[in-house]
Amino acid sequence: MLRLERRAHPSTLMMFASPLIAAVCMLITGYLLFILLGKDPLHAFWIFFIKPLTTAYGIGEWLLKATPLILCGLGLSIGFRASVWNIGAEGQLTMGAIAAGGVALYFHGVEATWVLPLMVCAGVAGGMAWAAIPAFLRTRFHTNEILVSLMLVYVAQLFLGYLVQGPWRDPDGFNFPQTKMFTDAEMLPLLVDGLRTNLAFVIALLLVAVSWFFSHKMFAGFRMQVSGLAPAAARYAGFSEKLNVWLALLIGGGMAGFAGMAEVAGPIGQLQPTISPGYGFAAIIVAFVGRLHPLGVLLASLLMSLLYLGGETAQMNLGLPSAVTGLFQGLLLFYLLAADIFITFRLKSHSRPMEQVRPVDALLPEELI
Amino acid sequence: MNIQLSHPRLELRGITKIYPSVVANEKVDLIVYPGEIHAVLGENGAGKSTLMKIIYGVTRPDAGEMLWENREVHIESPAEARRMGIGMVFQHFSLFETLTVAENISLALDTPMASSELAQRISAVSEEYGLPIDPHRLVHSMSVGERQRVEIVRCLLNRPRLLIMDEPTSVLTPQAVLKLFETLRRLAAEGCSILYISHKLDEIQALCDSATVLRSGCVTGTTSPKQETRESLARMMIGKDLPHCQMDTRTPGEVRLKINQLSLATVDPFGTHLQNIDLEVRSGEIVGIAGISGNGQKELLAALSGEQPAQQSDTTHISGTAAGKLNPAQRRKLGLRFVPEERLGRGAVPSLSLGLNALITGSDSSMVKRGLIDHSSVRVFAQAVIKRFNVKCGGDKALASSLSGGNLQKFIVGREIMFAPKMMIVAQPTWGVDIGAAQLIRQALIELRNQGVAVLVVSEELEELFMICDRIAVIADGRLSPVVAAVETSVAQIGLWMSGEFTQDNSELAHA
Repeated sequence: MLRLERRAHPSTLMMFASPLIAAVCMLITGYLLFILLGKDPLHAFWIFFIKPLTTAYGIGEWLLKATPLILCGLGLSIGFRASVWNIGAEGQLTMGAIAAGGVALYFHGVEATWVLPLMVCAGVAGGMAWAAIPAFLRTRFHTNEILVSLMLVYVAQLFLGYLVQGPWRDPDGFNFPQTKMFTDAEMLPLLVDGLRTNLAFVIALLLVAVSWFFSHKMFAGFRMQVSGLAPAAARYAGFSEKLNVWLALLIGGGMAGFAGMAEVAGPIGQLQPTISPGYGFAAIIVAFVGRLHPLGVLLASLLMSLLYLGGETAQMNLGLPSAVTGLFQGLLLFYLLAADIFITFRLKSHSRPMEQVRPVDALLPEELI
Repeated sequence: MNIQLSHPRLELRGITKIYPSVVANEKVDLIVYPGEIHAVLGENGAGKSTLMKIIYGVTRPDAGEMLWENREVHIESPAEARRMGIGMVFQHFSLFETLTVAENISLALDTPMASSELAQRISAVSEEYGLPIDPHRLVHSMSVGERQRVEIVRCLLNRPRLLIMDEPTSVLTPQAVLKLFETLRRLAAEGCSILYISHKLDEIQALCDSATVLRSGCVTGTTSPKQETRESLARMMIGKDLPHCQMDTRTPGEVRLKINQLSLATVDPFGTHLQNIDLEVRSGEIVGIAGISGNGQKELLAALSGEQPAQQSDTTHISGTAAGKLNPAQRRKLGLRFVPEERLGRGAVPSLSLGLNALITGSDSSMVKRGLIDHSSVRVFAQAVIKRFNVKCGGDKALASSLSGGNLQKFIVGREIMFAPKMMIVAQPTWGVDIGAAQLIRQALIELRNQGVAVLVVSEELEELFMICDRIAVIADGRLSPVVAAVETSVAQIGLWMSGEFTQDNSELAHA
């Protein structure tokens, strides 16, 4: 008879193995699912995971879609390490896009080099402003940032819908709910001709390094980590809880805002009612699969981006619904949370059948509560 | 106390319990006769609590057998233990503060009872055993000693034949301890067996008929404590002689910490308000604050450390600087260092290495340069603390959670001492710490005093305060008693003050 037993120390091996186990379990479940759908599973896997990467264009798309995931995932993982649960990156991304888009439309036709940097600043500021609302409400009124940041996602999306269908609609756009196309000066430069990957990917890579430096080398990053791991120890040490909440949300919001800017000033090129297929939410999975570590976030973003891409090719080649992407993403998080129990617990076979796992001991690892 | 030579009430044979990191009990034998008060003596971590949890059905042993009145039993749950006639009063009470005494007791009853009948029975039992409690009182308004009475009455309602008391006197004044002993002797005279868990040698000698001594999970002896000396019991418990502190008299210097009419309303609905606290701690002296837990120690310490700053800055002066509104980091810059009562989660982050735990309060040292962490100097510092204070651990990379309570406390106290404080505040310095480590910590505090540091110790262990303090005060219900020289007072007087019976006579303060 098997039972769960608390480990004397959390397992470092399982800490790293858990995302891999989750990925393998996701593939096995996917395999069974393809069989049930009457598809040849190996062919489906090839379509899903290999085919998108067989062309240079495909690789470009892969990195392009990874970019907003990296940006949002980095910001969120800094917050999550500090136990500030911002799950509204999607809304912050949307507000970043709106702010950057507003700048682009205001200076439409001004072909100056300062417009693009101004759009970047506006995008970051837009995301930060949106994240500042849950930060203010939590530090002032003790509201729950999970609920506030989540609800603000829908406010941001509806606000974008209002803008593109009302005041910001392109008068020459045949009544489509979208703004004018941005001019070349308002678009992020492409890295390679023929691919849609733009400068934002390079900036995202730089930010991976900056995030690592912040979290592991700077005392400010250490302060946030202590606040997240042991709030009483942070109070004892004299680290301000308010500062922690503000920093966590502003960093997350700023990065998401930049991601939104990079979407509208990149592959989209204008404001539309929908500018993200849920990058802000997928980034939550990215952060956890990446173990809240910048390098992990990078790898997890590449995996999640492949799921987006694979979902698209599966739609085209296999006639599967687009929901298959969300399904794989959900499976990945589900198995990760399940596998994470083995970081603090292990299975032990027991000869006597009398022992049962006591519910008190079966708590999730701390970082997931 | 007539120990019948009949069959034992409870007999344990070869009880073994193994946890992933530690063998809590190894082949433990224990025999308790009807009407006997039997001590289970041992240091923290010797396996006393695990053994009691096994008897009470909370945990199950990995090996060994248990005989209850000569019949082998497997106790699957506390409810089953209670049905058999075993009661247990835990060290940490499990009472709902917002409910009345009767409501709390009715929640724990295995068979429901009408509330009016229950209240009558509570009153009857509490009168019979000299444990006065009002069944309709709300628990949050009761003192810790009164809450313990509720727990004892709760057990007595079941007419137990074996009552387990886990460290019952740590929450009582010396006077209340004597009253508790009367109750226990009376129960024993009626034939109830009592298992009395403690590490306090004098109590065991005063109360118990026999004792089983545990060390590192094994039985090191079974004896009659009244025929032993303190020294011989201590040798059985810790394996060597009781250590003593070296402390010479010394003239204190200038005032380093001055608290002036500090009043602070607590944010905790069940906390204690601090009222008009005056206190001075001088360079080169150790001032002790005694008191039963829950009388404002937590609030006073948070006010002193800066975790709960005051409204006015002139209520607290650190080395002459008004510091009432400063946060802990700002107070550290003035030379005030603090070791909190909770080690894991407050004094140290469990999931971080000792090195990074040294960094928590080290932002003003050479470990942080221009906002960047100097990881090599973090390691050097942590290794120095480990070496100087003899911290047994797997090096500076060991997680704080991997250390025993005593070793972690040595690390935390050592860390703060290595930052060269001018003023040191320590809460419960040796709580849950084995005697060897306790000795090292006490001696380190005395050395700090000899170097001219002002030291303030808050402790619930009176014995400890009399061992290391120059002056002693008592905190009761959020008020501070006069501060008196340790040599001019007695356990009896301090005990009286602990129940709140001191007059706020400021002239006495001036003498002290």
